[in-house]
Amino acid sequence: MYKIVSAIFLAENIKKIEIEAPRIAKKRKAGQFVMIRVGESGERVPLTIAGSDPEKGTITIIVQGMGKTTRELNSREAGETINDIVGPLGTPSHVENFGTAVSIGGGVGTAIAYPTAAALKEAGNYVITINGARSKELVILENEMKAVSDEAYITTDDGSCGFHGFVTQKLQELIDSGRKIDYVLAIGPIPMMKAVAEVTRPYGIRTVVSLNPIMVDGTGMCGGCRVTVGGETKFACVDGPEFDAHLVDYKNLSDRNKLYLPEEQQSSEGFTHRCRLAGKA
Amino acid sequence: MNEKTITTKERLAIPRQVMPAQDPEVRIHNFNEVHLGYSPEAAILEAQRCIQCKDPVCIKGCPVNIKIDEFIKLIAHGDFLGAARKIKEDNVLPAICGRVCPQEDQCEKTCVLTKKYTPVAIGNLERFAADYERETGNVELPRVKPPTGKKVAVIGSGPAGLSCANDLIQLGHAVTVFEALHELGGVLMYGIPEFRLPKEIVRTELEGLKKLGVQFVTNSVVGRSLTVDELFEEEGFDAVFIGVGAGLPWFMGITGENLLGVYSANEFLTRVNLMKSYDFPKHDTPVFNCKGKSVAVFGGGNTAMDAVRTAKRLGAEHAYIVYRRSMAEMPAREEEIHHAEKEGIEFLLLMNPVEFIGNDEQWLTGVKLLRMELGEPDDSGRRKPVPIPGSEFVLPIDMAIVSIGNGSNPLIKQTTPEIEVSRRDTIVVDINTMATSKENVYAGGDIVTGGATVILAMGAGRTAAKAIHEKLMGTDRGFNEW
Ligand SMILES: Cc1cc2nc3c(=O)[nH]c(=O)nc-3n(C[C@H](O)[C@H](O)[C@H](O)COP(=O)(O)OP(=O)(O)OC[C@H]3O[C@@H](n4cnc5c(N)ncnc54)[C@H](O)[C@@H]3O)c2cc1C
Ligand SMILES: Cc1cc2nc3c(=O)[nH]c(=O)nc-3n(C[C@H](O)[C@H](O)[C@H](O)COP(=O)(O)OP(=O)(O)OC[C@H]3O[C@@H](n4cnc5c(N)ncnc54)[C@H](O)[C@@H]3O)c2cc1C
Ligand code: SF4
Ligand code: FES
Repeated sequence: MYKIVSAIFLAENIKKIEIEAPRIAKKRKAGQFVMIRVGESGERVPLTIAGSDPEKGTITIIVQGMGKTTRELNSREAGETINDIVGPLGTPSHVENFGTAVSIGGGVGTAIAYPTAAALKEAGNYVITINGARSKELVILENEMKAVSDEAYITTDDGSCGFHGFVTQKLQELIDSGRKIDYVLAIGPIPMMKAVAEVTRPYGIRTVVSLNPIMVDGTGMCGGCRVTVGGETKFACVDGPEFDAHLVDYKNLSDRNKLYLPEEQQSSEGFTHRCRLAGKA
Repeated sequence: MNEKTITTKERLAIPRQVMPAQDPEVRIHNFNEVHLGYSPEAAILEAQRCIQCKDPVCIKGCPVNIKIDEFIKLIAHGDFLGAARKIKEDNVLPAICGRVCPQEDQCEKTCVLTKKYTPVAIGNLERFAADYERETGNVELPRVKPPTGKKVAVIGSGPAGLSCANDLIQLGHAVTVFEALHELGGVLMYGIPEFRLPKEIVRTELEGLKKLGVQFVTNSVVGRSLTVDELFEEEGFDAVFIGVGAGLPWFMGITGENLLGVYSANEFLTRVNLMKSYDFPKHDTPVFNCKGKSVAVFGGGNTAMDAVRTAKRLGAEHAYIVYRRSMAEMPAREEEIHHAEKEGIEFLLLMNPVEFIGNDEQWLTGVKLLRMELGEPDDSGRRKPVPIPGSEFVLPIDMAIVSIGNGSNPLIKQTTPEIEVSRRDTIVVDINTMATSKENVYAGGDIVTGGATVILAMGAGRTAAKAIHEKLMGTDRGFNEW
């Protein structure tokens, strides 16, 4: 059992949860994740470690309620526990001083990009962050991102905050303005990552994305998390989750992520129903 | 019959006792164990078939040299508990081994009756004695020696790790087992299905170890959560045993392997056994809905048989085994193949997949198969399958399960490079002691041999335990000074 130390909503449906896990807190590096099983009959789901406090022995995750598991997790409060956490898993982000590095986050992808953006800053890069959301209410980690950026931009689809448009448009603007960009990290919905890859491809800018295939063990045992990169099969939980954005087969990834749509819907509806009965939602 | 007065001729006249089993029509709709176990009468009769050879060659066929003639004699005399304890002198997991060992390639293969008659059902008797002891509540905890003050870390809770922990705790060492998953037991828990090995049996063994004082830490991936060096330096362990099992599943490298509906056997069995997706939506983890579908499993080992029979139980209309060679070359236990046939599994032999075919939404719809014929024997001594040109045809299927073996777990190698590994990334050990190239680090089981058997993993764990004890207590003869 792992104890939740604090749990607060950052935006509607996006919760920041701090959990006691001293070993993981001590070891984790930017870009790594944990597998979490909330309850006894729960699924194992991967969540990026957004931060840690080795002294306090805690890690932080930032969770977007998508389906049953993430919504159940987001219904937990400080003082409650979760059954299992294992990590840190995955290969840490490759961080060096590239020169000018752009970190792009879409939606909850901002939270996943945050630790790596911070590490890029620490490694001496000139860090530009572009964080996209559908609208103002969904913008997260604005101050945290500013603190690790030399330039920080926010984009919203509806123009309610920052730049009116997509993260890719902002990136294109930066490139068009003649800025020399050496490295791009893009994390968010699959179409966004694919679009960023297409923007940087003609300029040959080194671009990395963090992939989110369906995982089971997360330790390199089952082969379920396989993704196609450069025509080769890779296992995201051990070889990734970060890969060369220009080599990823995005279509295969988004197809494979639809494997359990009917079942996910069924679980999600069951959860909603139980919450209603409990008068919770 | 009075055991003392039975003549050899009379013994040979007793037919091999068949173990009762659930009817195939019934069992394909449930996950309960297929075999129901011997009655005491049947066990005694079967034990009386043993002619008590002067030179019991069956023992040489057993990887851990169980005193087979002695325990069978005890059963023949009706001393079932005595038999169980006799077996446990050499095998700490008899209820498990009696169920999953490939006896036809081991003790029963070398039994003298095999040539002219049918071998004594050694595996069934082993299982009977162990079940009797457990079911009558007579399992005695062994006595633990006084504490030595030494601490040993065991990585992985499969049969290799558990047997090593079992011996070390009894010798008085403090033992902590680190397991990557949220559940203990390794392949015994997440690989081999309930219908072959009830999980209750594995849990009983684990409870026994806990009572002896073994500490278990789940959710700890050595190489990620902590390293072998940290176990020594920060956690103060004196020795480490690595029993992390096999690693990532191999795929066939053919077109369409990432289509929706193509699984590895590891993933399929893990979802069903460990995550209990047969009980979806009560358990959250889903698995491909096999009901009324055509499922093809590629491979011919135990894992393939487990996968195909699981798919059948989940409601598959057609459940195929597609295997490159013929029935005679199949590595699975004879009994499993036999059970599979009875359950209506369709065997497509001498066929090799060349391509998976999918629809516009990328769901699997079929597999192109190429017919093979058997040629000359290859390195493994088995006749090599050769393709028959122009023999391709498409088999319509909805789900494919690839079960052609595993590579090695890379995590320890990556974080502890001084542990020598082979070209196949298995850990290199001195087979007398299971010592690796790193001081006070031992290894055994599938991580050393590649995918093998429960009994070999268990034997390796015990060999290592003995060597670790001698090393820590300063009584070794220095054969592991690398
Ligand atoms: C390496 C990695 C890091 C991630 N980090 C974060 C993070 O920091 N914050 C966050 O909010 N989300 C993160 N995700 C996504 C998160 O794991 C999924 O949203 C979550 O598993 C959905 O589960 P559910 O039951 O709530 O939803 P479901 O209704 O089950 O699924 C919704 C969608 O999530 C995906 N999904 C479902 N099950 C799994 C699974 N077992 N493993 C992976 N994906 C699955 C599928 O694409 C599915 O369509 C990460 C994913 C990966 C692979
Ligand atoms: C489906 C299936 C059916 C089989 N049927 C039979 C059969 O009928 N008869 C037979 O004799 N054999 C059978 N086998 C083979 C047999 O199960 C294995 O040979 C045996 O389990 C190997 O034991 P082990 O202890 O080496 O590894 P495993 O049983 O694989 O256990 C290793 C454990 O280590 C854990 N681990 C891995 N990496 C780490 C890490 N870095 N840190 C911490 N823990 C880690 C794993 O999670 C696992 O729990 C079968 C195998 C499978 C997959
Ligand atoms: S070889 Fe066969 S008959 Fe002889 S002792 Fe062993 S089990 Fe009995
Ligand atoms: S999640 Fe099982 S191998 Fe990656």
